[in-house]
Amino acid sequence: SSRVSSSGSSSALSSLHTVEGVWPLPQSFTSSTERYPLNPKAFYFGYGRQSAAQQDCSVLDAAFKRYFSLIFPDYTSGSGDKPFTVEIRVDHADCDSYPNENSSERYNLSVSAGQASLNAETVWGALRGLETFSQLVYQDDFGTYFVNKTEIDDFPRFQFRGILLDTSRHYLPVQAILKTLDAMAYSKFNVFHWHIVDDPSFPYQSRTFPDLSSTGAFHPMTHIYTQSDVRRVISHARLWGIRVLPEFDSPGHTQSWGKGQSDLLTPCYRGSTPSGTFGPVNPVLPSTYQFMARLFKEVSSVFPDSYIHLGGDEVDFSCWKSNPDVRAFMQKMGFGGDFTKLEAFYMEKIVNITSALKKTSIVWQDVFDYHERIPKDTVLHIWKGTPASYKEELSRMTKAGMRVLLAAPWYINHIAYGQDWRNYYTVQPLNFSGTEEQKKLVIGGEVCMWGEYVDATNLTPRLWPRASAAAERLWSDEKQTSSVDEAFPRLQDFRCKLVRRGIRAEPLHVGHCKHEYQGV
Amino acid sequence: MITALKFTLLLLALAFAQGLHYNYIDELDKEAGTVRAVQASQYVSLWPLPQKVKILDLSFKLTSFNIVDAKESSAGSSCSLLQDAYRRYYEYMFGIAKRQGPRKSRLTGPSELTELQVWITSPDSECDGYPSVTSDESYELSVDLPYAVLKAPKVWGALHGLETFSQLVYEDQYGAKSINSTAISDFPRFAHRGILLDSSRHFLPLKVILANLETMAMNKFNVFHWHIVDDQSFPYLSRTFPQLSQQGAYHPYTHVYTPADVKMVIEFGRLRGIRVVPEFDTPGHTQSWGKGQKDLLTPCYSGSKPSGSFGPVNPILNTTYDFMSQFFKEISTVFPDAYVHLGGDEVDFTCWKSNPDIQKFMDQQGYGQDYKKLESFYIQKLLDIVTTTHKGYMIWQEVFDNGVKLKPDTLIHVWKGNQEQYQSEMANVTSAGYKTLLSTPWYLNRISYGQDWHGHYKADPQDFNGTEEQKKLVIGGEACLWGEYVDATNLTPRLWPRASAVAERLWSAKDVTDINDAFNRLSVHRCRMVARGIPAEPLFSSYCPREYKGI
Repeated sequence: SSRVSSSGSSSALSSLHTVEGVWPLPQSFTSSTERYPLNPKAFYFGYGRQSAAQQDCSVLDAAFKRYFSLIFPDYTSGSGDKPFTVEIRVDHADCDSYPNENSSERYNLSVSAGQASLNAETVWGALRGLETFSQLVYQDDFGTYFVNKTEIDDFPRFQFRGILLDTSRHYLPVQAILKTLDAMAYSKFNVFHWHIVDDPSFPYQSRTFPDLSSTGAFHPMTHIYTQSDVRRVISHARLWGIRVLPEFDSPGHTQSWGKGQSDLLTPCYRGSTPSGTFGPVNPVLPSTYQFMARLFKEVSSVFPDSYIHLGGDEVDFSCWKSNPDVRAFMQKMGFGGDFTKLEAFYMEKIVNITSALKKTSIVWQDVFDYHERIPKDTVLHIWKGTPASYKEELSRMTKAGMRVLLAAPWYINHIAYGQDWRNYYTVQPLNFSGTEEQKKLVIGGEVCMWGEYVDATNLTPRLWPRASAAAERLWSDEKQTSSVDEAFPRLQDFRCKLVRRGIRAEPLHVGHCKHEYQGV
Repeated sequence: MITALKFTLLLLALAFAQGLHYNYIDELDKEAGTVRAVQASQYVSLWPLPQKVKILDLSFKLTSFNIVDAKESSAGSSCSLLQDAYRRYYEYMFGIAKRQGPRKSRLTGPSELTELQVWITSPDSECDGYPSVTSDESYELSVDLPYAVLKAPKVWGALHGLETFSQLVYEDQYGAKSINSTAISDFPRFAHRGILLDSSRHFLPLKVILANLETMAMNKFNVFHWHIVDDQSFPYLSRTFPQLSQQGAYHPYTHVYTPADVKMVIEFGRLRGIRVVPEFDTPGHTQSWGKGQKDLLTPCYSGSKPSGSFGPVNPILNTTYDFMSQFFKEISTVFPDAYVHLGGDEVDFTCWKSNPDIQKFMDQQGYGQDYKKLESFYIQKLLDIVTTTHKGYMIWQEVFDNGVKLKPDTLIHVWKGNQEQYQSEMANVTSAGYKTLLSTPWYLNRISYGQDWHGHYKADPQDFNGTEEQKKLVIGGEACLWGEYVDATNLTPRLWPRASAVAERLWSAKDVTDINDAFNRLSVHRCRMVARGIPAEPLFSSYCPREYKGI
């Protein structure tokens, strides 16, 4: 790839009017100072003659509508009389499908006088290309829109680029989730990992087990996700090319489940009597697995993605240890005093349930750490440790032939004073010892926004643009994006774009945006 | 003295407040209108905690309710400040919908409270005045039949009393409002309870400033310290020197505060009992001033030639003082408050040192190489200028530390150091006889993971070694939200409810220190702010009955 910068200086704002203003940075690009004015009144999206998708392609028609407003935030000032057409050509008319783990997001964008050609294998790739095109358009001081002559060939470095939101520790109104999906698309994230339930609350309204939310949610009417809420999130995400990956974490992190499902959790004992408190899911009762089979049957039909996150992290053994029935079961199974074996026993049964439903399981790293007897197609999710320890974990897991997803360096709920985005940016996900084959098993990464201190009041400014730093790491070529200082002005510019689009993205440092956020 | 409140059940009450209230309804149905046993849950939401509170286990319904002037009040219907506040608090308590359309006429039951009478007791209500550091903010609130009475010597106390009254109102599962029989006598521990916002590092649109004044009133803050200009930008549109913002703002039209904007902020604050103290920080922190005012800043030299960059205000030119005289004359008329903040912090001497003219001046004055003396020279002249405008002044601690001669009524603003250092600074300042206020422990722009409000809550401005007389010289404190990483996108959730912790420290009695009790009350208080449309961030995993709906 080659770079031609219009001003020759990467720090000058004018250079951001070229392709370098795109975030995350495309893989391969050329741009020139030759520029074309765009007149909103003579601007068109069209389907190429050879495109497999044509008019009435739901995904692209919706995208044209969205991107017109994003490209021309105020289109009162139309100038230049020549028409301009963005012509889309895709190889597959996958307009009514859902994006999946194998979806190609590659696109090719060529901007010349009067037209831009956007070619992609899939509509998902076309969406990424439209986002890039929208970021190439800029306004001069008099409000005229321009785009420079540009050639881009782009594809993601990693297939899985996720954001985790936690709707259990605080309930997030559906609007907040939808807005996050919008912002995710602007940074080319493609997986919404919905950590939908946990200890504090169970907002998912289950068709099969309505008591789970009616007693386990913070409020049975106002703090739940109905089936139509969930469908709305999934369909909104689909139109942005985003997968929705639900997590139903067990056997730990399930206090809220117990409120609506008696006998699901393990009764803890003090001495020889039940203490009245409950621990993790009770792994010794057949009723537990009957319940889980029915719940996951529902979940697998509600959520179309082929992945389901099963959790499996941070299981506290003290309650299991206190319970005489659990101890008796341990004896019977020959587990001795090793409760990790009991946990493994439980997780294996849960993974088998989801496998039978034709779903790929993702589990937190704890499950691998305790035992390596998990089906090979399970994806392992690393969330713990220092760079040294997660790199070692990456080596071990990939050596065992497992696919891995990295979240440890991107726990973005942890805040600190100053420009901590720099830390998220400089992560090197493949910098661990292992063969090329091992490296290929790293399917991507995920930014986690755990909810202890986050709700709709502060989610957006805490997430953006910090998550965008990780987005570039997961999409772009690492060599081309190795300098944080070069990234800084581009990210500042991108942050102002987010603000202009109504996303409450916080500032990186002192400065201003032409159009400041006007809310409270 | 604070009436002992039993908060043992608070955590439970917080989580299940709606359920408990639901039970009251059941009881009410059984024994309509009679005295009911209540849990502590209604007490939980008072913030900051009043000086004396007595809440009885007797509740009144609020179905047809009005806030009116007591007929004995010295401020009647012509006092728009109060009328405005009545409407505001009515909307907070009952929502806007209820105000529209005629109310259903219905008989009021024996346990129904229909009126809050607001009685300004002093002959001069100060309705049309501005609040000041000596304003009487006290009030007494009696919630009882046949009507509730809020007595305050001045309107400022009445505003606080209205906020307190609104915090006493609670609702059941279906939105029906009740209030318990209550007696409150309240006044602030400190007279100066401020919030600093920085509109230079990032421009803050007017709407954000107003929303935060609104929130300040909910927390009984009474000073908006407007750090309006600094190195990065000069958004204040000066009538005398319009080129300052023309050249020094981020944008001459979209990123400035016009005289009308400033007026609006001041009046909006006044209507909420909030003073607006502007800060025009010099001689450092003035890079943006230099863009629109030639020769104001010191040209720095590299060797024997000007380097092209500029340092602090040039203290050796007469033109500097002519400019300052005119400028501060304008400021003194634009901002009605009796105080102006003159800054004086973090002056970097390297540019002064590099400049041959300054070196010559130093020699003439016999300052040797002691640039603190030059700084003192400048500040002294500036203070003389400001004195002629009949304003008092606040200055950052360095000015005191550097031994500048100060008027006895100068307010020294302590902002530096660790706990040991700021406490010794407070001791030094007060032993020299100056009044002081504290900000060091309340730099809320500094964030970290977790419940950092604990630290803000525990700091006490009178915790230093000194006599009782010295302690009395502490007039309060300010929470500072410097703007390096803050603009309209994240200001409000970053400030609230963390600043609320400071609010209670500055208002409530010194012995209000129970952090668990504070957590319970603050959690509910934060949800109240959210219900009022303020995106105040959560303290910890939990929920609000009405979550924030904006995004």
